[in-house]
Amino acid sequence: MSASSRIAHATGSVFALPARAVEPLMAGLQRLIGIKRMPWFFLLPNLAAVILFSLLPVFVNIYYSFTGSDRLYPSERPFIGTYNYETLLDCGNYLDPSTCSRDLFWRALGNSLVFVPTQVAAMIGIALLTAICLNGDIRGRGFFRGVFFFPVMLSPVVVALTWQWILQRTGVLNGMLTSLGLDPVNWLVHANSAFFWSVFVTVWAHMGFYTIILLAGLQAIPRDVYEAAKMDSANHWRVFTRITLPLLRPVLLVVFILAVIRSVQTFDELYVLTGGGPGSATLLMVQYIYEIGFAIQPRNFGLAAAASLLLGVVLLVFTLVQLRVSKGSNNG
Amino acid sequence: MQRFRLRLSCALGALVLASSPVLAQQITVVCDDLGFGCNTMQPIADRFMEENPGKTVNLEVVPYQSMLESLPVQLASGQGPDAAIVTDLGGLSRYYLDLTPYVDPDLFNSNFERTLQWLRGGDATSTAINGMPTSLTVNGGYVNLTLFEQAGVAVPEEGATWEEWAEATRQVAEATGTDFAMEMDRSGHRFASLAISYGAELVDEAGNPVVDDGLRAAIEQFVAWHQDGTMPMDLWGAVGGATHRELFSDFLNANTVLYFGGSWTLSQMDQEVGDLFDWKVIPAPCGPSSCTVMPGGGALVAFQHTAQPELVGEFINYLAEPQNLSEVLAAAVEIPAASSLIESGIEYPGSSERTQEALSTFIAQIPKMAPAAYRFQGWRYQRAMMNALTTRISQVLNGELEVDGAMDRIKQDVNLAIEAAKAQ
Repeated sequence: MSASSRIAHATGSVFALPARAVEPLMAGLQRLIGIKRMPWFFLLPNLAAVILFSLLPVFVNIYYSFTGSDRLYPSERPFIGTYNYETLLDCGNYLDPSTCSRDLFWRALGNSLVFVPTQVAAMIGIALLTAICLNGDIRGRGFFRGVFFFPVMLSPVVVALTWQWILQRTGVLNGMLTSLGLDPVNWLVHANSAFFWSVFVTVWAHMGFYTIILLAGLQAIPRDVYEAAKMDSANHWRVFTRITLPLLRPVLLVVFILAVIRSVQTFDELYVLTGGGPGSATLLMVQYIYEIGFAIQPRNFGLAAAASLLLGVVLLVFTLVQLRVSKGSNNG
Repeated sequence: MQRFRLRLSCALGALVLASSPVLAQQITVVCDDLGFGCNTMQPIADRFMEENPGKTVNLEVVPYQSMLESLPVQLASGQGPDAAIVTDLGGLSRYYLDLTPYVDPDLFNSNFERTLQWLRGGDATSTAINGMPTSLTVNGGYVNLTLFEQAGVAVPEEGATWEEWAEATRQVAEATGTDFAMEMDRSGHRFASLAISYGAELVDEAGNPVVDDGLRAAIEQFVAWHQDGTMPMDLWGAVGGATHRELFSDFLNANTVLYFGGSWTLSQMDQEVGDLFDWKVIPAPCGPSSCTVMPGGGALVAFQHTAQPELVGEFINYLAEPQNLSEVLAAAVEIPAASSLIESGIEYPGSSERTQEALSTFIAQIPKMAPAAYRFQGWRYQRAMMNALTTRISQVLNGELEVDGAMDRIKQDVNLAIEAAKAQ
């Protein structure tokens, strides 16, 4: 018997011991509930975890959204019906947040509706461009892959503080402008530039992750397809639109869904970088929910729960559309 | 064998019974490590334990942010430490243990007459002793005297108005090429100093929010200072929501002539600015209504869920004894809340002459504080008002709201917060 066989045999014996010990138990259980129900028994631990940590909080959230007061225990929270939803949806004109009872909710929603498409489009566009460059035969390819992925490993707070240090009035960027004889700019004071930098910083921080996925997708496209196109004298643009994009579509769909989910969840970077300002120019939905539920006293858990459920409904609609599109795409 | 087991069980039982009172005589106090906190209280706690064998006081250091965000949730769930040093004095009042049976009421009532009210959540009829106010903080301005000297501008005297200070610091900034004349922390508490001196009530005697002409005048003046460049937009203009922000580095780098912060930055000011340039704390600038600034501070409070009310009371009472209290305050370089110590004064042996002088200036502002400032400090919904102030004023600075609109929103925000908290 070779050394490796002996090791395998010994390992098998070690694992066989506990298996043999529980065998009578399993046999007894199988007799009791029948073989068809046994899979449920094995799924039970994971199922319990999902129920406890995912489903139960959803139901608690729904319950909280119909209750008032700043008390924590559900039993101490009086039932107030749909009051929280009515407050959130109370608007003279939905296109003008200043006519709404909870104007900041609508401002946050409006900002999110602009931020998410802008950020996702920028994210996917730049990540795709980077992936195509990194897929080419360039010098130091491994190094550049590392460079683009590096920000993904940083904590969002570190990312925000670093960019705050760069963008503030006395920051690095203004230092460079001044040394070139130009006037410094207060980048985070004006609504439009603060919004631009919010998109820029979040794209910079997460782009590497999507670049890696797209790069893997590009590398999975067979080389011979490109060679055939080359023999047919197809130009770069034609190759990109007729070969690369269609074959990359399943990967792009995954990247798109992940990017949208991440974009809707954006919170930490902007909370530290702009705090939702200037004014409410970069206030997004998750920050609004956080501030209502946890930062502002007295804590309004009910309103935060209602706002998060409304956000959940928007995301649900979006996911259903996504599913429909992806189903159509697979069938097509 | 059976007899041995019986004996062993009896011995173990006796051990558990004997040790349980000792274990039970233990409390946990959470606090941060700045100023009057765990580090400066430790010598007193050690002495207390020495004098009271079998009684243990564990001082547990936690970050200040955790006191603001985690402690209220712990308390709401009936958990948490036996006692803590808190700064949201009115907001957490429903969890406080009334220490009257466990402390010397005369000592507390005579020493903390005004500040004890802050711990009662605005209940004017209450006589409960809900804790021991540890130290008093005072909002105030720091000025760069070197810049004044370079500009050849006279430093305004005590009694000067906010406008006079703005004018003088603008002249200094212009003459010396300094970026800004004045800066104020992005904090509703700091803004309340300006607002109350302009006649704002913020809260009435019955605990109802007040949005009045005084507040309007203060907001209009504050916005005007941002629009004409007297104040930088970075602090109040660039940030949204309730985010607290300060740019102490601007004063350190002589980028602003006047910095409006508070007494808690004094030791930092002394250590980091030191002799880089000449500076001093100024008396409260005056508004049309009064020359007042906001008081603040922390309190050592016990919570109702504690299993050791006697021990917590005994420890807090021990700490409240003037000689112990002055020892901690001297180490923390903070202003006493106890009236006996304000009258007698405290020596701060480790502090520089400039710090001592600055502390004297801060202490001198205490008798001048308007009743509205004290009332606002002890109001249960103070934070709701302060959050509304920072959020809405920032929106005005960015053109999202007019002053009138901001006033309506401030009132609505606070009313909605009160309504939500009281919802039945």
